[in-house]
This record gives sequence, C-alpha cells and structure tokens, in this order.
Amino acid sequence: MNFVNPLRRAYLAMEAWFTFAFGAEWNPLYNMGRLAFFFFWVVFISGLYLFIFFDTSLSGAYSSVEYMTHEQWYAAGVMRSLHRYASDAAIITIVLHMFREFALGRFKGFRWFSWLSGVPTLWFVITLGITGYWLVWDELGLYVAMLSSQLIDALPFISGSMARNFIGDQLSDRFFSLMAFLHFLGQPLFLIFALWIHVKRLSHVKVTAPKGLAIGSFVSLLALSLAAPAVSHKAADAGQVPAVLNLDWFYLNVYPLMDYYPAGQTWIITLSITFVLMLLPWLPPKKTGPAAVVHLDHCNGCEQCAEDCPYDAISVQARTDGAKFENEVKVNPHLCAACGICVGSCPSSNPFRQKGKLLVTGIDMPQMPINDIRERMNAALASLTGENKIIIMGCDNALDVSRLEEPGLEALSLFCIGMMPASLVDYALANGADGVFITGCRSGDCYHRFGNIWLDKRFEGSRQPILRRRAERARIEVFRAAATDSSNLQKELAEFKAHIQKLNNEKMAEQPESAHE
Amino acid sequence: MNKVLRYGLQAFNYALFMGVVWYFSIYPPYHQLDEDQAVITLSFTHATKLREACRKKTQEELSKLAPNMRLQMDCPRERSPLRLELYLDDELLTNASAEPVGFHKDQSVNLFQRVKVKAGEHRLRVWMNDDVNVIGATYEHEQAVILKPEQQLLVDFNAGSGKFMLK
Repeated sequence: MNFVNPLRRAYLAMEAWFTFAFGAEWNPLYNMGRLAFFFFWVVFISGLYLFIFFDTSLSGAYSSVEYMTHEQWYAAGVMRSLHRYASDAAIITIVLHMFREFALGRFKGFRWFSWLSGVPTLWFVITLGITGYWLVWDELGLYVAMLSSQLIDALPFISGSMARNFIGDQLSDRFFSLMAFLHFLGQPLFLIFALWIHVKRLSHVKVTAPKGLAIGSFVSLLALSLAAPAVSHKAADAGQVPAVLNLDWFYLNVYPLMDYYPAGQTWIITLSITFVLMLLPWLPPKKTGPAAVVHLDHCNGCEQCAEDCPYDAISVQARTDGAKFENEVKVNPHLCAACGICVGSCPSSNPFRQKGKLLVTGIDMPQMPINDIRERMNAALASLTGENKIIIMGCDNALDVSRLEEPGLEALSLFCIGMMPASLVDYALANGADGVFITGCRSGDCYHRFGNIWLDKRFEGSRQPILRRRAERARIEVFRAAATDSSNLQKELAEFKAHIQKLNNEKMAEQPESAHE
Repeated sequence: MNKVLRYGLQAFNYALFMGVVWYFSIYPPYHQLDEDQAVITLSFTHATKLREACRKKTQEELSKLAPNMRLQMDCPRERSPLRLELYLDDELLTNASAEPVGFHKDQSVNLFQRVKVKAGEHRLRVWMNDDVNVIGATYEHEQAVILKPEQQLLVDFNAGSGKFMLK
C-alpha cells in the first residue's frame, strides 16, 4: 500500500463524505473558492440595501442600525443578519479553501503564485470586516476602533496618536465618514483587485457557485438570519469599558491577544504567521517539470491546446514559420505547470499517425513525449496475456495504477488523465486490448483542474479531439479514484473484468454463426 | 442514493455549517474586564523639553561653515523622553516611558496606556518627568477618585496649564 499522509487521507475521507451527501458537482469542498465568491455577493447586495438606511454620522450611525434591526426587522434587519453571517461564512470557506490546498499539497511548485497572493487576500477580507463592526458604533465598535488605533499607532511611521481620538468627545463626524468610505468603497476595491491577482494565472475561472449549492447556502443563511438576527451591543460610550463583549471570532480574534502582548508584539505575531504562511510553497520548494514545447511542423494552429490549458500558459499568435495556417501557439514556460493536458488536446497526438516512425505532435512534453507514450502502450499491449486483456490508464496525482498490475492487466500513468489523447483508447482497443479502464482524480477534483473534465467531454464528443465512434464504448470504463480509493477501485475493476469476460464470451458465441454463413 | 436521505444529509450539513457561523459570530463571550474592574487610560500628546539649550557658536565653528550658513546660534532639536509613573493608593500601577516621535526625536511624545484596576475609592498619584536635565518630577498630581465598575477614567495632561486632568 502506498503512503498517503494522514492529513491528506483525512481530508479525502471528508471529501468523500460530502460527495456522498451532495454529489461531486455540488460538493462544497470542491467549491470553496466559488462559495466564498457567492458569500461576497450576498454581502455586497445586502450591504447595498443597508447603505440606503445607514447614517454615516457619528451621532446617527448607531440609531440608524437600531432602526434597521428593530423597526424594519423584516427587511433591513434580515439584510443586516445576511450581511454579517455571509461575511462569517466567507471566512470559513476561505480558510477551508486554504486548508484544502495545504492538505492536498496543492500550494507548491507552479501553484506558488495562487497561494502567495491568497494569504494577503484573507487579510483584506478581515480588515473589511473589522471596519464593518466599527461602523455600528456600539460598545463593540468602540472596542474595535480603540484597539485598531492602538495597533496603527504602534507602526513605526505613524507620528500622531489615533487611539486618542476615541477617548472623550474628540471624534468627529468627518473621521467616521472616512471609515464609512473605506468600508463601502476603498476596501472592497482593494479586495476585488486582490482577488483578480489571485486568479490571474488560471484560465476558465469560475466565480459563481453551482446553482444547487448557492440555493442551499442562501436558504440556510436566510433561516439563520430569521432564527438568530444579528443585534448590536449598547451604544458606544467613551466613558465606559464593558466587561463582557460578544466578539465575532472570525474577524476580531486578534484583539484579545492585546491583553497579553503590547500592540507592537501583536503585529510581530500576526505578521510572522502571515509570512510563514506565505513562504510555505518554498518550505521546501517543489520543482515543476520542463514546460511543454511546440513543434510548429505538426501544429496547424487550431488553438485547442490554448483553449484547454488550465493555467493560461498557451497563447495564440500569428504564424511565424511561413506555413499556410493563420496562427500558431506559444507556451509561456513561467506559467506552464507541465500537466500535459495540451498533448491530449492536440489532434496531432493521434497514435495512429506515422506508424513505424517517430510520432511527433504539435505540442509535447519533453520529459514524456507522445512517441514514448505510444511506445509504452505498444509494450503494454504486447505483454498482455490471458483471455481478458485490459489496459488501465491513470494519472500521477490520483491512485497509483501501477499497483493494480496483474496478469491480463497493464497500467500506464500520465501526468494528468487529460494528457491522454482520446484516440489512444481507440488505439489500444484496435491493437489487442479487450477493454480500457480509465481512472484519474475524483470527478470534480482534478489536480490539474480540468484534465478529467476535458477527457469526459472528448469521450462524449463535445470537445475536440473526440473519441471516434468506432471505439466500442462498452469496452471502456471510467472510474475516478483518489489515492485512498483503492478498495472501491478494485471492486469496480473486478466488475469491469467480468463485464469484458461476458462481452468476449458473447463475441466468441457469435463467431461460429458468422463463419457458418 | 435515496433522494430523501441525500437531501436530509445536505440539510444536516447546512445546519451544522450555519451553527458554526452563528456560534463563533458571538460566542464564547470575551471578558475584557472582571465585573468589579474599571480602566484607567493614560492618553496625551506632549511636547517635552529640549534636551539641550541653544548656545552661541564659537568663531572657530562659524569659520568652518559656508558664509551663507553662519547662524550664530546652535539649537539642537532633540527633545527629552517622557517618563511617567502612576500610583494607585501608593502602589505603582505603571511605569511608562516614551520617546518623542520623528527621525530627529523633535516632535511630541504620544502616550497611550490602559490599566485595569479594581473599582472603588482610591487615591491616584501621577508623577512625570519631561526634561532629561531635571532629576525628579517636573509635574506631579494627586487626587482622590471613585471608580465605578466598567468605568473608564481618562488621565490627560494640558501642557498650557501644566496640569493633569482626570475625566
């Protein structure tokens, strides 16, 4: 049995539970980033409504929030609760999103950029929430304002004392309006910019949650808002320090640290944690393989590889070699994750081409060229023995298919299952295999984002290059399996073997009749 | 899978998730003070005395300067650090010291400190030195105070009158 680290094993078990309850498409753990975006939308829309009734003056802020909460509880009160609870839910989904990438090891190598840009994004969200609590201007708002100011005062380049503003009656409407401006416009703009940077190196970015998940999340948020509406503390009073506060621990967890450490040390602690998190991709670093290379002699500029690349590493440009085609593709080696999906996208990767010669495709992986894959397939087909000859195709990031090898079974593993040209299955069936069993990462959770999705579409015939109709679908089985799904896969494989046996028996039974005719 | 069971499991997961959202949005309550405590907040901005007084430059010093820079007086900008001690019923509560801000330490000292104390009747004494050339207090203040639970007492300083103010 191969070793899977306990954190990853635990996380995969949790994912399997959620797939059981929600199905792969709606599995919340596969959609944490998209769910966070969904909660931001709820926060944004509810915030717009609250803005209509909110008084941005120091004297009017608290009473306007009280009006919304109690007088107009059925609309603005619900909106306030949605605003708060969706903000809290966003923090949970962001933290789980980070934890998932960490547990599954998806934060190193080519993924460094998304991780590095994601950590400060969490800070943008937290500071946005902090100013939101500030604006209510209740006892909690005053507490947040006071301690935030102490943190700001502790910065070496700050010369005045901001905290002093919150003692006595020195605070002006103008300062309060500035905070309102920050919360309504300044910080959200920074957050949008940070999110744009975060997803910049990805293609086909989805920022909307799957419909079912969005409906379920909204209904449950609404139910919570009605069952436990968000309420304020007493109005802020500079002469009072409340003994007990109901902190929102998702956003305000740093402040109690200041009971134990001065503001300067609190900065050092929080910044140290942030920097360690940001440096994780390099502790230790992980090398990404050589980037894909384009062979213009075999590229017709169809752009399918650029369309399929999950990391936006392939661009289309005007032809440079004088060939009759309009375009060619170019790989940006800094963005290439060496997943090989482009190889599976290229129509020239068809193994039926250039039989007996070196197979060269339009775009290839230097460390595992398509010719080597065909050679490995030929070797596997030649070594298949027994009545039911089955080829198993898998990927390096899911269940290790080499563990499944036994007489009658030969396995090939690729960088990603999306690297496999659909025609390779046709090739295997046409050259002696009785069945092809395809695995790879769990549905909805491809390590390289779209490998298994593109492959399914190529098989369905909805994405080029398609699997030709002549490939007998009854002899092809797709069963996704993570590193910990060995027993499920063994069971499925045993059923597939029995199925192939049955097909072979039926074929055998048909042969004498045809011979007789 | 049975649709009812599947939706039931989903509802359970949503409820669990929202339960976590609700709980940690207000619980556990944070106790920043004990029920019988009050807070004394020291907060003021004060321009402390200059470390060195102005002096007249010697002819030798002046001759080394360019003709357009020959100012007769040398006035160092650096100000003294501020030292402050706060006593409650003759017991030292806090011993604060702060440097003037600015690259040349030539601006005001900002002091902000909060101390939790037991509510009740007390005698408060503030001792402050804002001049390195003076040994001992440059300002001192003593006053009886009655602190209610959860009250915040502000200790401010008005440089103009040279007096501490308790609000």
